[in-house]
Amino acid sequence: MFRFIAKRFLEMIPVLFVIATLTFFMVRLAPGGPFTTEKSIPPEIQKKLEAFYGLNKPLYEQYLDYMGNLLKGDLGPSFKYATWSVNELIWSAFPVSLELGCYGLAIALILGLGAGIVASLRQNSAVDHISMSLAMLGICVPTFVMGPLLVLIFGLGLGWVNASGWDSARDRILPSLTLGGFYAAYIARLARGGMLEILNQDFIRTARAKGASPKRVILKHALKGGLLPVVSFLGPAVADIITGSFVVETIFQVPGLGRFFVTAAFNRDYTMVLGTVLFYAVLIILLNLVVDVVQVWLNPRLRFE
Amino acid sequence: MQQTIAPELPQATPLLREEAGGSLWLDAWHRLSRNKMAVASAVILTVLTLLSVFAPWIAPYSYEEQNLALRAVPPQAGHWLGTDALGRDQLTRLLYGGRVSLMVGIVATGVALAIGVTYGAISGFYGGMVDVVMMRTVDIIYALPFTIFVILLMVFFGRDIRLLFVAIGAVEWLTMARIVRAQVQALQKQEFIEAARALGLRRRRIIFVHMLPNVIGPIIVYATLTVPAVMLLEAFLSFLGLGVQPPMSSWGLMIKDGADRMEECPWLLIAPGVTLATTLFCLNFLGDGLRDALDVRTSKD
Repeated sequence: MFRFIAKRFLEMIPVLFVIATLTFFMVRLAPGGPFTTEKSIPPEIQKKLEAFYGLNKPLYEQYLDYMGNLLKGDLGPSFKYATWSVNELIWSAFPVSLELGCYGLAIALILGLGAGIVASLRQNSAVDHISMSLAMLGICVPTFVMGPLLVLIFGLGLGWVNASGWDSARDRILPSLTLGGFYAAYIARLARGGMLEILNQDFIRTARAKGASPKRVILKHALKGGLLPVVSFLGPAVADIITGSFVVETIFQVPGLGRFFVTAAFNRDYTMVLGTVLFYAVLIILLNLVVDVVQVWLNPRLRFE
Repeated sequence: MQQTIAPELPQATPLLREEAGGSLWLDAWHRLSRNKMAVASAVILTVLTLLSVFAPWIAPYSYEEQNLALRAVPPQAGHWLGTDALGRDQLTRLLYGGRVSLMVGIVATGVALAIGVTYGAISGFYGGMVDVVMMRTVDIIYALPFTIFVILLMVFFGRDIRLLFVAIGAVEWLTMARIVRAQVQALQKQEFIEAARALGLRRRRIIFVHMLPNVIGPIIVYATLTVPAVMLLEAFLSFLGLGVQPPMSSWGLMIKDGADRMEECPWLLIAPGVTLATTLFCLNFLGDGLRDALDVRTSKD
């Protein structure tokens, strides 16, 4: 297992290299620049700014500079937020997204696993139909519809919570529900499908025949295999949840990382775009590695290759 | 006795057709038509598609026509779904928006299909080093933050609807390639493929004439489930202001407008939201129905 993990870490390097290179040149090929704003800056100031950020050097030199700094873990200075480095910006915004993501993930897991497992145990019952219809609804109502609707009902209509903001504990409720609800729907469907497949297998019948209690059959025998589809879904999903959803953070004005994914591109904040993309990529790769390890633990027939 | 014979007679027809090779599809068709949710979904989708396609002839107004006297009015006679802040008819914009959403859904899925099926079939057919290299490439691409790349592409180069088709299609082909590869690999050892080889048929002919027809079930099912994913991505990009540009209309764009002024005019959010959700709902149910009807196992690997 140690060799497997070490190998995957080594594989990460070329992948990140490809991502960094692709993004670097894509960002630079794009028309416009970080200092082309509506208010025109005097040319001499623009020249000084470009010299300060090294933008007047040939592109390949800038690329080598960037990659050199990247090796040291330095993502460079932000072009938009003067005096801030990209590292500082990410580390100041990420905890907010992480907090929101943890609430969302908790909601998604509790609702999703609960509904999915119960539905699989009572296949074709009313509980099954109702929870699966709700899950389908959760998938089909996108977060950018669900969020505003929740604000409309609970914020503006009933006045139970603030429409937006991130100050009090109450402000956490709606964004967490919007974020978690969507993933709960997926998890419920996957958990039900996975459990149904396992519950029909011979070893479950054997366990029942040997007199194992229903609780023991589910917890000890069925759950491990039944949750495999959920686990492989969770890898990329967790990366999405904790790096912050642009939609949820914009609707509820949460000061997290998610909004940078789009605003940095709009501002042509080259280093910030690269920084967020790389940060996200590292998280996705790490979480996929965790998923692979957990999958082998859940299903011993798989081996570490 | 007669009563027991009579019901058997209709079965003779499917049996005869089996020799013609139509039985699988006929069976699937029967199974699908018994699934009420799937049939209802197909009917709703057909109606929505027809309404959108014929929008220029059906719609009571033009999509950019402004009636400044009737700005942001709630649903009423003449404007069944109300008007937006610029005095444009909401129903008209919904119909035109459907054209964009459905077209993106279909075209982008087509792009994803073309790339994914060809890639997967080649990888599965040739095997060996070709397969290893091609599938490792897919694994690496999977790790790329693709939604972000689509956003970047649209911010930097675009807001051009053709770019939107290609960009979305380029994201969605990966899973398709994996599914097709697994299926083709399983077919490799079947006798009729060996027979085709022994007959000296060209590789291209074996792949496209003998293998792909046998993989068509999973392809149809996955394509049906890709369409809603693609439509959702388009709506999301339009919601960010990166997709379809005003004054043209799209469901995502309308949801954005509606969310911005939902306090004063909630109908602007509800109509496009419900329409989008209904469409996605129907596509998902139809996809599930097709999967059951064609007996495809989607839990791959």
